Amino acid sequence: MSNVDLARIQFAMTSIYHFLFVPLTIGLSFLTALLQTSWHRKGRPEDLRLTKFFGTLLVINIAVGVVTGLVQEFQFGMNWSAYSRFVGAVFGAPLAMEGLAAFFLESVFLGLWIFGWNRLSKRVHLATIWAVAVGGALSAAFIMAANSWMQRPVGYKINPTTGRAQLTDIWAVLTNTVFVWAYIHVLLASVVTACTVMLGVSAWHLRRRNSPEVFGRSARLALIILIPATLFSLMIGSHLGVIETRYQPVKISAAEANWNTCGPCSFSLFQIGGGNNDQTPTKIIQIPHLLSLLSTDSWNGTVQGLNQLQAQYEQQYGPGNYVPNVFIQYWSMRVMAYGGALVFLFSLIGGLLLWRGRLGHTRWFLRLAVWIAPLPFLINIAGWMLTENGRQPWIVQGLQLTKEGVSPSVGTATIVTSIIVFFLLYGILAIVCTVLMTHYARKQLAPEPEPGAEPAAEPEFIY
Amino acid sequence: MATFWFIVIAILWTGFMVLEGFDFGVGALHGIVGQDDTGRRQVLNTIGPVWDGNEVWLITAAAAMFAAFPGWYATAFSGLYLALVLVLIALILRGVAIEYRQKRDSARWRRGWSTALIASSLLLPLLIGIALADFGYGLPINANQEFVGSFWDLLPFYSVVTGIGFLAMALLHGAVFLSIKTDEGPQLRAARLARLVAPIAVVLVFVVVVWTHAAVGSGALLSIVELATLVAVLAAVWLVMAGSWGWAFLATAITIAGMVLNIFTDMYPNVMVSSLDAANNLTIHNTSSASYSLKVMTVVLVVIFPVVLIYQSWAYRVFRRRVSTEQEVTAP
Repeated sequence: MSNVDLARIQFAMTSIYHFLFVPLTIGLSFLTALLQTSWHRKGRPEDLRLTKFFGTLLVINIAVGVVTGLVQEFQFGMNWSAYSRFVGAVFGAPLAMEGLAAFFLESVFLGLWIFGWNRLSKRVHLATIWAVAVGGALSAAFIMAANSWMQRPVGYKINPTTGRAQLTDIWAVLTNTVFVWAYIHVLLASVVTACTVMLGVSAWHLRRRNSPEVFGRSARLALIILIPATLFSLMIGSHLGVIETRYQPVKISAAEANWNTCGPCSFSLFQIGGGNNDQTPTKIIQIPHLLSLLSTDSWNGTVQGLNQLQAQYEQQYGPGNYVPNVFIQYWSMRVMAYGGALVFLFSLIGGLLLWRGRLGHTRWFLRLAVWIAPLPFLINIAGWMLTENGRQPWIVQGLQLTKEGVSPSVGTATIVTSIIVFFLLYGILAIVCTVLMTHYARKQLAPEPEPGAEPAAEPEFIY
Repeated sequence: MATFWFIVIAILWTGFMVLEGFDFGVGALHGIVGQDDTGRRQVLNTIGPVWDGNEVWLITAAAAMFAAFPGWYATAFSGLYLALVLVLIALILRGVAIEYRQKRDSARWRRGWSTALIASSLLLPLLIGIALADFGYGLPINANQEFVGSFWDLLPFYSVVTGIGFLAMALLHGAVFLSIKTDEGPQLRAARLARLVAPIAVVLVFVVVVWTHAAVGSGALLSIVELATLVAVLAAVWLVMAGSWGWAFLATAITIAGMVLNIFTDMYPNVMVSSLDAANNLTIHNTSSASYSLKVMTVVLVVIFPVVLIYQSWAYRVFRRRVSTEQEVTAP
């Protein structure tokens, strides 16, 4: 295995792991802020109990998200120094802005929120959780702007003397169409993730009749947001596909294992076989026109084939293999899309039950809700596999190949050592975090204060 | 413009080492100073609300290097690879330890996280101090700006001594901080520890400052920053012995700031010195981004950074009160 493969494995491993925590953080901070706002405005004690309950889960989750984010920032320089040299002037700028504008906001106000329950006025304390939510969403904006530049580089020129990318228009980077749509997609996916978790946890308690009047509220809130969030996420994701077909046709053609140009093109529900060495897999259940519709927004649109694109790229960029791993593309696309559809269907059933007032009593649905909670995490990972694998062999589409981006000074043994170390450390953390999360998710709510009694003071020691 | 960003990065590193410096000290000393579980919690609650915000200074410093000096970021982070793996492990364990320690009521669980917290808090100022020292002292860097040495090349004697200097100062800084922020048993133990560490720290800081001047700086006389560092550390010892904790904290903060700034001012305009050939030195000129990038980031910095400073100082104001055990007893 080459250093490039090892560096890619390390990046994939640490990024996938990091992104298990990110969407939940973004979504859950928003939901917690909503709960606290509701408490602030209507004064119902249930909302306060829910705020603290889900706030605790948020804090447990954020801890791992923050520290694994450090690895993300360091490893561009560690494993991808040639890439960092080449793109730092463009790619580094959003990262620096992220630190200044988003991370400070998120971290400082999270501290204020956790410890500020009886130091700050209610109104200011409410503002702190909103600052955390805004900080999280902002940091995603900057990182998506940076990532979208790798998918579709804009607002730069290559300096003729240094041969490096140089920023010429920051506005172009921040209004990149790929960025705008991908960012909305990620935010919605984060909300979907957090809603399914909140719904799953609430359902677990509802089945056991633990404080049903309280968890009924959180289940309702999660469900009401989940339905539109899933719908819009699917729609925006579908539109993102059309945009990517324009700028990264290989990515989308590989996702359908579409080797030869067609029009109109059909979409296969499943296939047997298929991959880079098998251009004629057995496609099962073909839906006519659907691929054309999905990737070009028109009934009879032409979708370029991988063979034709390969020939075109060889002419444009010289000899080489420009087709990514088709197996990964095909299946990650389907896991994402089918998973998303499943969550949407599930949310509609939930909506129906809620409308009929049966949500808290339909035991099979409550059981299903617990089991569906991990699904969005899988969908998120599949989405990133589709995006990042689909850009290969490029690290920056059309500008730098992944194999040219790796650190020349770092040896194989060094990378292997760090892969093993991070694998073990992340494994332990995953266990610890899961144990804590389940422990706190299954905990009974704190008892309701006696009517008329002074609300119990927050303990001075939070840690 | 490149010089301006060099100064910004120096300030970000300084802010990180000063602010996170006492967090490191508190983390490393929380076992001894706290003694029992209540005491340890009292100690950890002094940094609980603010430590995460302090760490963002590091994230921003690294990101600013990436954006403003891609060549510096690329060489430094790939060259210091294994050291950074250690730094990352320590940062990960430390962050999780602080957040998770009290989340379970089990003596074994808490002892485990306390051990992780102490080990990582000792390791971090040492390693980061070594890394900063390496920038100025020199590493084997070839004409392509690539690091060509081994892990052991990252540990010249000078850098190790500087790292130990930063560690000693972090312990002193943390002990002084705890003397201000706690009461009763922990306060007494923190004060005793501060008096114990202070004389060692002063010797180390003198060695580091003079050696930095000799190895990295130029001229026969010490610079103003170097002199200020020495004055500050002497003042720190005196104030610690006198038990004037507020002023002592200011003095230890200035000392740490001076130690970081010495490295940056002495190596300017270099950002990483090559021990192989002075022609291979990385400078602010041969590693920086083009001026448009720097201009854009300057605008962002000028607009946002003052706001950050305002709300971060406000957070310190909100939690300015001493953390006392009595409050714990009265709480349900």
